[in-house]
Amino acid sequence: MRTKDGHFTVLVALIVVLMTAGAIVSGGNYLSLFNLQSMAGQVPEIGLLAIGVMLAMSVGNGGIELSGIALANLSGVAAATLVAGHFSASSDPGMFSLFFILVALAVGLLGGLLNGLLIAYLKITAILCTLGTQMFFIGLAVVLSDGRSVRVGAPGPLYEIGNGFLFEIPISFLLFIAVAGLIGFVLRYTPFGLWLMLNGSNPKASEYAGFPQNKVIIATYTVSGVLSSLAGIIIAARTINVKWDYGTSYLLVAILIAVMAGVRPEGGYGRVVCVVLSAIALQMMSSMLNFMGLSNFVRDFAWGALLLGFLAIGRFRLTDFFSPQFRAVTASVQRPQARK
Amino acid sequence: MSAAGTSHNQAAANAGPGGGLSGLIAKRPEFVTLVLLMAICIAVTIANPAFLQPSTLIDIGRASVVTGLFALGVFVILAAGGIDVSFTAIAALTMYSITLLVQKYAPDLSIVVVFAIAIAGGVFLGVVNGFLVYTLRVPSLIVTIGTQYFFRGGLLAFIGTTWIMELPGEMATFGRLSLLEFETANGAIVSLPVYFLILPVVAVLTWWIMRRTLMGRAIFSLGGNPEVTARLGYNVKIVHLFVFGYAGALAGLAGIVHITANRLANPFDLVGTEISVIAAVVLGGARITGGTGSVIGTMLGVLLVVVVDNVLVMVGIPSTWQRVFVGAFILLAAAFFVTRQRKFKPAK
Repeated sequence: MRTKDGHFTVLVALIVVLMTAGAIVSGGNYLSLFNLQSMAGQVPEIGLLAIGVMLAMSVGNGGIELSGIALANLSGVAAATLVAGHFSASSDPGMFSLFFILVALAVGLLGGLLNGLLIAYLKITAILCTLGTQMFFIGLAVVLSDGRSVRVGAPGPLYEIGNGFLFEIPISFLLFIAVAGLIGFVLRYTPFGLWLMLNGSNPKASEYAGFPQNKVIIATYTVSGVLSSLAGIIIAARTINVKWDYGTSYLLVAILIAVMAGVRPEGGYGRVVCVVLSAIALQMMSSMLNFMGLSNFVRDFAWGALLLGFLAIGRFRLTDFFSPQFRAVTASVQRPQARK
Repeated sequence: MSAAGTSHNQAAANAGPGGGLSGLIAKRPEFVTLVLLMAICIAVTIANPAFLQPSTLIDIGRASVVTGLFALGVFVILAAGGIDVSFTAIAALTMYSITLLVQKYAPDLSIVVVFAIAIAGGVFLGVVNGFLVYTLRVPSLIVTIGTQYFFRGGLLAFIGTTWIMELPGEMATFGRLSLLEFETANGAIVSLPVYFLILPVVAVLTWWIMRRTLMGRAIFSLGGNPEVTARLGYNVKIVHLFVFGYAGALAGLAGIVHITANRLANPFDLVGTEISVIAAVVLGGARITGGTGSVIGTMLGVLLVVVVDNVLVMVGIPSTWQRVFVGAFILLAAAFFVTRQRKFKPAK
């Protein structure tokens, strides 16, 4: 199951190349502490959403998570509107931050649980379910905020999560790495991780093997929802305002990151460390396009092209040529075909 | 063999007490759509009798054309087991670039030629989709999310972002040609435009392709079970290219209808409406995993979505709540149709 592919090597190489190219294009500014910090500060929100997409894809059954950014925004909006009624951000920053985070996480948990229940028990296809919940979550956020942007303010602890530094590294980035590490650990060393991946590689076999299939699917989408709400908290902390339509292109970008990381869209394979690297590489490319003064539309165009390019790389297994276990990988090429 | 066993068990478990009714739903899912549509219409008429005015009905008819054309394309792709979210980007790209070209080089071009060029452009972009889906062997959702950004990003980055307010020549007049016209009680003139005719024509064409040609058989077969389809000797690649090309053609057509109806070419339009189109097709009884669906059902699904979109305000639901209702509606309807879907679930 865990045949290593070459994505890790390729992504590391890509990051090195981007750093060099960026340094040359910008005359060194690209590698300044300020720019590195600002890039690292922007990775977590999209990286967390991408891990959510990866989990949904890996669990199989046509799994995908399209409601991620909508749920992230809903968590932020719900937390901001509910908590602001009870605590003041300026006079009681500690309680405000604490309850903001708790409410947001609860919203993410419930949203993810809703996805999981609909997919596992009602057997709604993940695409359709998450499209429906996407619209539902956006709608709820619009209703709660009346379609306007909601001011969160800058209560101490929350502000620190979005904008603070520890040893010159953004706290949000450290948080992201910690969460990614935790998910990676769970996937690798717990029965849940094994069930998740095996369910993705062969749902029928895992059904006959007696895995708690429905529970695995529900747990996967719930974790994915919690990750979305974490992203929502970081967005709220970083931007001080929350709005229902923040980050509309994140839907594509999260999927792009997952595909770039070598997560198999049909399920059964994905590595968190590659998703983290891929999120970092994508953020570096994004910053580079900024340095070159290109518009957002060019960026969308580039992301679309990049997604298609990486799908081709995955299809023809071009990265395997960089894999240390090249022969082992080619031997297993037949496997996906046999499963269909 | 084991697959047949489980699906049989599930079918038995789902049959429940109302075996006759669920049998009907299983065979003719569009029946449910029709009942739902009628129920909503009756409820709305009771809540607000203004709904039954000819002007409202004609508004709904006009609003259905673009959604309906998109939906027929999506239906064909869904029937083949794929999904497409790039059709709105195809429509936006073709409509805007063709308007620019016509305005610049051939302002007097006949509307028929404009439609022909739009369809050709749509076919080309659709075939690109089909080729990528076939060659890359990844879920078509992911491929078409990529091409959506690619097409739309290309449009906005390299072609233009400004609105074209003055449509050239026949493109401007075509939208105003009306089939029938009458005055309402309060003096406003309501007209059913000629472009409305395009939808029934395309619907009949789609029905003919799906029910009367070998291609239609191949499409349903591919959606039902790709492996068996290939073994039967169908050329799976051609089917892929056809369904995506056909959806592209309808998207190109819909794009031109959209601008002639609005008398304005806005490159930011259309993208973002994919969800309601896909919802319409699914509400019409097509299974999102392929192999089923009908043109009648798709048309009823389109009407359902357009009516729900248009009447929420009429029955006093504030517009901020609209998305909540539509989203919940999609989920409920999807959950409802699943009972039927489980019966024929193919072995994966």
